Amino acid sequence: MITISDWIARGAVLMAGRRSPWGGGDKEPDGDTSAGAGEPESGTEPPSPPEPKPGPRNPWLPPAGDQSPPRRSASIEDIFRQKGGKGGGGGGGFVPRMPRRPDGRSWTPLIAGGIAAVWLLVSTTHQLGSNEQGVVSTFGKYSHTIGSGVSFTLPWPMQTVDVEDVTMIRRFTIPEDEGEKLMLTSDRNLVDLSYLVRWNIKDLKLYKHRLENPEASVREVAEAAMRASVAEVPLNAVTGGTGRAAIEQEVRSRMQAVLDAYRSGVLIQGVDLKKTDPPAKVVSAFQKVLAAQQNAERDRNRAQAFAQQVVAKAQGDTANFDKVYEQYKLAPEVTRRRMYYETMERVLRNNDKVVVESNGVTPYLPLPELRRRAAAAPTEAPAGGGGQ
Amino acid sequence: MPENIWNEHRGSLLALGAAIIALLFSTVIVPENEQAVVLRLGEPVRVINRFKPNQDYGQTGAGVSMRIPFFEQLTRIDKRVLSLDMQPQQVTSSDQRRLDVDAYARFRIIDPVRMVRTAGTTEKVQEQLQPIMNSVLRQELGKRTFQSMLTAERGQAMKNIREALDRQARQYGAQVIDVRIKRADLPAGTPLDSAFTRMQAEREQEASAIQAKGERDAQIIQAQAIAQAAQIYAESYGKDPGFYDFHRAMQSYETTFNDPNSKSGSTIILSPDNDYLRQFRGK
Repeated sequence: MITISDWIARGAVLMAGRRSPWGGGDKEPDGDTSAGAGEPESGTEPPSPPEPKPGPRNPWLPPAGDQSPPRRSASIEDIFRQKGGKGGGGGGGFVPRMPRRPDGRSWTPLIAGGIAAVWLLVSTTHQLGSNEQGVVSTFGKYSHTIGSGVSFTLPWPMQTVDVEDVTMIRRFTIPEDEGEKLMLTSDRNLVDLSYLVRWNIKDLKLYKHRLENPEASVREVAEAAMRASVAEVPLNAVTGGTGRAAIEQEVRSRMQAVLDAYRSGVLIQGVDLKKTDPPAKVVSAFQKVLAAQQNAERDRNRAQAFAQQVVAKAQGDTANFDKVYEQYKLAPEVTRRRMYYETMERVLRNNDKVVVESNGVTPYLPLPELRRRAAAAPTEAPAGGGGQ
Repeated sequence: MPENIWNEHRGSLLALGAAIIALLFSTVIVPENEQAVVLRLGEPVRVINRFKPNQDYGQTGAGVSMRIPFFEQLTRIDKRVLSLDMQPQQVTSSDQRRLDVDAYARFRIIDPVRMVRTAGTTEKVQEQLQPIMNSVLRQELGKRTFQSMLTAERGQAMKNIREALDRQARQYGAQVIDVRIKRADLPAGTPLDSAFTRMQAEREQEASAIQAKGERDAQIIQAQAIAQAAQIYAESYGKDPGFYDFHRAMQSYETTFNDPNSKSGSTIILSPDNDYLRQFRGK
């Protein structure tokens, strides 16, 4: 809109200029004026017209002063002075003085033509990268969407192109700082959450026109969706592994549903929970729980180990017994005696032996060692009747 | 030469210029994002690019439109979905618990003429709707318990709030699309502190429960193992208790008296009557 009014203003100025009486009908070029126009390098002299002796123009000054501010009248005068001098100036009339081509003609038309050509080229061809799309509007009205590659449109200001990267994944974190953001869970506990949302544009036309501020909307929708999802699960589900994945999934689908309802043209790629911690104030209590869990686990593991040991020993013992018993059953008496003698042999071979007469205490073999040890260790009870 | 052209066609050039100016003044451009109310001498007469549901972009009234210059002025109004943000406020639930609630609403102008008459600008509409939203939210959530306030999306609450706000917004030519709670936090101070205390107590309770459970499990596991071992022993040894006694005694002697690791040997005093020495006397 500004551009149009600009043009109007510009046109009005031109028109006023054309209509101004000095335009073409200057029959008596003032010496001062023609000299100024003829020498382009006398540029130090500012183009301010209220000169001391503009004799012939005097009668026209008052109306000019009436209709517009003097400053403006001056510039218009200057333009036409120059124009009258060279006679070929086209649209470049706004530039006060220009160097000239060798043949004495002005550069202005060429420059104007060049600018026009560049303007046409720049505003009609659009090269878009592979990840970009552009919305083409004709006088503000949506026309079509252009994809990657080179596209042609009408020149500005008839058609405008608004280019946006549509494949780039945009991301934001809530909260932005590393501060604590507490959220209530369904069991009225608080959890310190931070999460990352990834999204991109799935429909540029909707994205550009539908929402006032799409990025802020995505943010607000994310906050609302996360709050709603966390409020529906207990704390342990938020901090636990499987619960986190479920929440991420739920927030994503919630957000997508809301944004689709707004027809925002936004696609949520994913929601990632970065941090799900207990509040800093109660973190020590949570560590106690953790420690208790580890202790309990340790107790259980020890018990398991003990159990395995006990059972294995039982199995070993009974296997031994069963094997021996198999043989024993074949020849009970012999086996029994043999086992008895063998065992006693091994037992007595490695120990000191004292054989005592049953009715007396006279030792057959009073070893000195016995006396040495008598004080320290009580003697063994007679191993009598072991086999019986 | 321009001078000659000017001199020869002065009349037609002037007419052309005037026509161009007239055209520029009588055309207006309304982009897709705006709808424009045409005011003829201050009186709304028509709307350019008015919002219509399910109208695709490119099919709308956006683009170049005509107007009568000077008599008709345009008021431009955003056509997009606008945001209405609420000041966080404290809401008391029906069970007398307090909660700091922050919500947002999304609305759009569907009746620009009414909006221009009642509010003027979208900013004023937002200003008008904000206190309404606050009170609607407080009323609706105040009817509910703390728990259902937290999960307001599940029930009818958000729908009621949206409808109540929408009813009010229609007066300003606006339509409320959606109301959502961004945050619902415990107010700082006593409610927050007591929540922390409760959490702490709960965790400590949980910790001791877990510890006790671990100990109990350990005992059960051990007892079961001992029972299983006893069963294994009984099954095996029960076949011949007498032989078991003998066999076990042999093992026991061996363990007790024939330990190769024990350096201090025992002194065994044997009576000649001992069964082992039965053959000593050559009987």
